[in-house]
Amino acid sequence: MLFRSMNARAALAALAMTLGLGLAAPAHAQHGQDPKPAVQTTNPSARNPTADSVTEDALLRQLQGGSHIGGRISIPDYKASILEQPQGRDYRQFREGYLPWIGGIAVLGMILALAAFFFTKGRIRLEHSEESGRKILRFNAFERFTHWLTAMCFIVLAISGLNYIFGKRLLLPLIGADAFSAWAQYAKFAHNYLSWPFMIGLVVMILVWIRDNIPDRTDINWIKQGGGLVGKGGHPPARRFNAGQKMVYWSVALGGLALAASGLVMLFPFSAADINGMQLAQYVHATVGVLLIAVMIAHIYIGSLGMEGAYDAMGSGEVDLAWAKTHHSLWVEEQQAKTASGPQIGRGGKSPAPAE
Amino acid sequence: MARMKFLCDADRCIECNACVTACKNEHEVPWGINRRRVITLNDGKPGERSVSMACMHCTEAPCAAVCPTSCFLPTEDGIVLHSKDLCIGCGYCFYACPFGAPQYPRVGNFGTRGKMDKCTYCAGGAGPEPTGSMEEYVKYGSNRLAEGKLPLCAEMCSTKSLLAGDGEMIARIYKERVVTRGYGSGAWGWKTAYREDVSA
Repeated sequence: MLFRSMNARAALAALAMTLGLGLAAPAHAQHGQDPKPAVQTTNPSARNPTADSVTEDALLRQLQGGSHIGGRISIPDYKASILEQPQGRDYRQFREGYLPWIGGIAVLGMILALAAFFFTKGRIRLEHSEESGRKILRFNAFERFTHWLTAMCFIVLAISGLNYIFGKRLLLPLIGADAFSAWAQYAKFAHNYLSWPFMIGLVVMILVWIRDNIPDRTDINWIKQGGGLVGKGGHPPARRFNAGQKMVYWSVALGGLALAASGLVMLFPFSAADINGMQLAQYVHATVGVLLIAVMIAHIYIGSLGMEGAYDAMGSGEVDLAWAKTHHSLWVEEQQAKTASGPQIGRGGKSPAPAE
Repeated sequence: MARMKFLCDADRCIECNACVTACKNEHEVPWGINRRRVITLNDGKPGERSVSMACMHCTEAPCAAVCPTSCFLPTEDGIVLHSKDLCIGCGYCFYACPFGAPQYPRVGNFGTRGKMDKCTYCAGGAGPEPTGSMEEYVKYGSNRLAEGKLPLCAEMCSTKSLLAGDGEMIARIYKERVVTRGYGSGAWGWKTAYREDVSA
């Protein structure tokens, strides 16, 4: 039964083919009637065996900015199967066209703005009061350790990161190709390996300080008064962190997480992203990187040269009570209330003075 | 002055991968590195086509533009050479290359890729090694061009699909072919690499 049906099917197929050929023949003859091709060909059949095959133009048109032209390859490596990825041009345009400008303007612009502020307004002086000389603990040893772990990693990461953009433009002509290459190699290792303690420090820092960095009503007032830097009226009241510090915190938290995420993609090339994903990771990493460097330059300035008395918070951990009352009046009140039953900080017993 | 180029006549490529094998053998290329490869588009479907691809030695090469240590050296012949002494293995050239030509000996985590390796057009490297020396051979493979020979992949291509040599000369050969046989899918990658098209 089976055999007979197969036989019948084969017969039908043969019939169809005969008919098909019979039908195709006149069609082909008609095709031959077409006007002669423009070029003189010696190809006797005048037929293109690869007429139906894909062409580069068609494939490039299909792309329209996304993905890449790829196919099958006998090598067990996805990357090798990419025939063309025109997005490489966008990557080049970003890295050599936009990025040096974004980075240059962000970093130099911030330095110039801070210099202008320093030379017109000078340092923010410590306002002395009767409480000068007394100390209050602002950051404990663990907080300071986390801060400096992250900070030192960040400085190395920033310098080695900027080296990828500006090294060949600024340093290479000065020290020569061999010396620059050796430096860039070490800078790359430093960038790749110090990213780990940076990420650990970042996550710990985010967790330790998030409670004191939730925006609240005092921040609105603080911003309205320009943080006491701009305009008159002294320093507005603030809790442990004022609105400016909260902005630094959230820049580091969000920027740092973006850097960590895009950096991890780059630390494990092609394990989480394809070629376009790798390019995107670089766009994010480089842009956020230079912007965060600019923010950190401002942070370093205000924490050292820009404000008298501020460095102690991260140095010894203990700040002058007068400074604390000026800049973080609400926080001092809270701390003093906490220790009301224990040893008193500052002028214990008395109700805290109103914000001066 | 010759301007060296590659041209793959995709209508002739039969995906035999002999160019890949010849390249690997000639330069003793280590495992995992493929300076040249054959990619089959629409494999097993109507409209299938194979193209042999390697570094195209682009005009104003993107790899050279993005390199943070400027380790690339375009030669007078238009060949894009690089120095493995200056390469730091950052991988940027791979992101910029339209053809996926740069290769790295290690697929290391933490970005440790090793020194970049790519097609040298059988012309050695841009380092200080003497031409034709063993040091040059170990780092970059054989320097056939210095011996007056063209890249081996193209030289031994069984269907003469892959052409190497002066750009104008191989474009002329290709155009003659297109005229003679009456069809041609164009020189793959030429618009991207050299900003020119070959049409008959």
